[in-house]
Amino acid sequence: MPQRCTTRAFTSVLALIASFGTASAAETDITIGMQLEPPHLDPTSAAAGAIDNVVYSNIFEGLTRFMGDGSVVPGLAKSWDISDDGLRYTFHLRGNVQFHDGTAMDAADVKFSLDRARAEDSTNAQKALFAGIADVAVIDPLTVALTLEAPNGNLLFNLAWGDAVIVAPETIETIKSNPVGTGAFRFVNWVQGDRIDLARNGDYWGTAPALEAATFKFISDPTAAFAAMMSEDIDAFQTFPAPENLPQFDADPRFKLLIGSTEGETILSTNNKMPPFDNKLVRQALAHAIDRQAIIDGAMFGYGTPIGSHFAPHNPAYIDLTGNSAYDPAKAKALLVEAGFADGFTTTLKLPPPSYARRGGEIIAAQLRAVGINAEISNLEWAQWLEQVFRGKDYGLTIVSHTEPMDIGIYARPEYYFQYDNPAFQDLMTRLTATADPDQRRAMLQEAQTIISTDYVNGYLFQLAATSVAKTGVQGMWLNAPTQAIDLTGISWAD
Amino acid sequence: MLRYSLKRLLSLVISLVVASLIIFAVIEVAPGDPARFMLGINAQPDTVAALRAELGLDVPKTQRYLAWVGGMLSGDFGISYTYRVPVGQMIADRMWVSLPLALMALTLSTVIALPVGLYAANRRGGRGDMAVMGLTQLGIAVPNFWFAMILVVIFAINLRWFSAGGFPGWDAGLLVGLKALTLPAVALALPQAAILSRVMRSALIDILSEDFMRTARAKGLTRQQTLWRHGLRNALIPVLTIMGLQFSFLLAGAIIIEQVFYLPGLGRLVFQSISQRDLIVVESVVMLLVFAVIVVNFAVDLAYAAVDPRLRSRL
Repeated sequence: MPQRCTTRAFTSVLALIASFGTASAAETDITIGMQLEPPHLDPTSAAAGAIDNVVYSNIFEGLTRFMGDGSVVPGLAKSWDISDDGLRYTFHLRGNVQFHDGTAMDAADVKFSLDRARAEDSTNAQKALFAGIADVAVIDPLTVALTLEAPNGNLLFNLAWGDAVIVAPETIETIKSNPVGTGAFRFVNWVQGDRIDLARNGDYWGTAPALEAATFKFISDPTAAFAAMMSEDIDAFQTFPAPENLPQFDADPRFKLLIGSTEGETILSTNNKMPPFDNKLVRQALAHAIDRQAIIDGAMFGYGTPIGSHFAPHNPAYIDLTGNSAYDPAKAKALLVEAGFADGFTTTLKLPPPSYARRGGEIIAAQLRAVGINAEISNLEWAQWLEQVFRGKDYGLTIVSHTEPMDIGIYARPEYYFQYDNPAFQDLMTRLTATADPDQRRAMLQEAQTIISTDYVNGYLFQLAATSVAKTGVQGMWLNAPTQAIDLTGISWAD
Repeated sequence: MLRYSLKRLLSLVISLVVASLIIFAVIEVAPGDPARFMLGINAQPDTVAALRAELGLDVPKTQRYLAWVGGMLSGDFGISYTYRVPVGQMIADRMWVSLPLALMALTLSTVIALPVGLYAANRRGGRGDMAVMGLTQLGIAVPNFWFAMILVVIFAINLRWFSAGGFPGWDAGLLVGLKALTLPAVALALPQAAILSRVMRSALIDILSEDFMRTARAKGLTRQQTLWRHGLRNALIPVLTIMGLQFSFLLAGAIIIEQVFYLPGLGRLVFQSISQRDLIVVESVVMLLVFAVIVVNFAVDLAYAAVDPRLRSRL
């Protein structure tokens, strides 16, 4: 009996200690790890995905919004009317929406936000989203009308981006360090280099979220991220940086993997104006020389979906074109002979820091060597990559994941870094923008995929997987990443 | 002593000017436009130009250098390109992590190293000495980031005594803050302690064979008394040199440890700023670290003179 007492006392002490340990992980708050820290918290003036991870749909909302499955649904606009000629969109705003500082969100705020984004001196990283807007007019406090220069079938989609959220003129000066939005969570605190704290917005217009508080913690080192998960310091990690650790989480009953798809088409970008890549036969040879599955297995530990064009497989308009560039080294060699490069050639392969590029680059270089192409690898930091490859176009090949949603339109920009100049494609994109009919749009998108696939503009590798890790009890995190976001509104803990 | 100090001070100023020129030149020459980096690959050229103007990057380089140095002299380090807050403020915030960490590590390594060195020198050739030599050899050979990971595996993942990293802030309480810095401080301190104990040991051994030590023994002092009274003081010069170097290392070299424990310190700030092309932050932090190193060395030079009176007249 005395021994049982001791045991019981001991276990209760342990339980007490344990409860101290987990006090911060009560069932209404969550700590989510991220690899990159946002530079600031204004989603409308920078490209950093880390900003959207923190603020999208949590702090800031737009007229429309993305859901986890990629669909676009009403946000701050509860409905809209489109004129017959497609040039005028009248948005009916939700009443009763307040910014976190207590001021009402109305049509004037919408006008301010959109005018600011498309202004001459705007520093919006996706200014092109607003390009066709001719005028934004306030009809009454809850009605806004957008007049377009030409019909734009993408408008509702464009307005769902984090770069198009509604901000208030009163708080715009301090938005970078103290963002004030209309979302279900308000900004509390930012310990730079460490974490950002959010708390539930009690006056939210929509359904109240299950979480009361959330913390985003910034852990850039993959080993540290692993340790933080394993020691249960954090509850979930968005896009876990080391795919090699994923099986270990999978095997551990405390954790679960959240594997989905992102908008990231990972491609072997090819400088279409630089010889010998100005020759389509050479680009075709390149395409057949690449074994995508080997790259997915070797560089991404099996996570990723092969693609044959620049289009996300989860999109309804997707068509599988991987057959156009099936792995066939013999054919690649034959094509090189036909193009006049029987002895192969030497080019550069410039790799930015992410592991898909660094690891994938080694594998691709080996595969290219097998058909006689000598790709000299150089590793670049992002800033160098932007300078040399993206701006300077001083490269032969590079590997990069294009993470913007529905960005096939970049192939219509001849000055874009892979320098693809095809008037037929450019014309198709112009017509696509002017088309609103879903069936017609789908057909045109499929045509577009086919054109760039059979022109072998770039080597199409794989769709980047979204690989997050969470404690087993965490529910409602997005599996897919239709845009950069960690949407807290749907997250809850299982009982 | 005054002349000696003035001479040292002059060389300090010259070092700082040269350092500021080198830092500015090297960082400005490195490729990468901060505005382009922030706006990403979809941004239009006019947007990038607008941001460059907003950040003041369209001003000539000499003008930017002078503005930077002038600002620093008046305590204004400029505004961070990415975070858009005063750099001085950021550095001050991070200092509250890095400085306590460096001090904790330095204290820890000194507290460990001096007795160990003394013990080993005292038992030269004995079993204890052999053990110390072996262990310190290991301590020097083991990279501190690896040691840090081992600490995390044992104390954070398995035993759960500490969290695996992060810093809750001093607002959360002194003990909570110290606890968060314990593992990183140990990881930083042990390799330093290993070096310091070896230096201490060999310095003492050299001293022990000096004539004045024998004289002291002949005067009737015990072995222990000679060691404490005459040996230790004379052995402190090389030890001070190493400690000066170590403090600089601990402050600047904690970059990796701060990464491993994801501490919001100066090292991590530099690391992040470099990858984000936040040039002004990199320049200012590196300059500050150079300043700290130079000042610490200046202090060490003065401390030599305090420990060894001969240096005052000689220099």
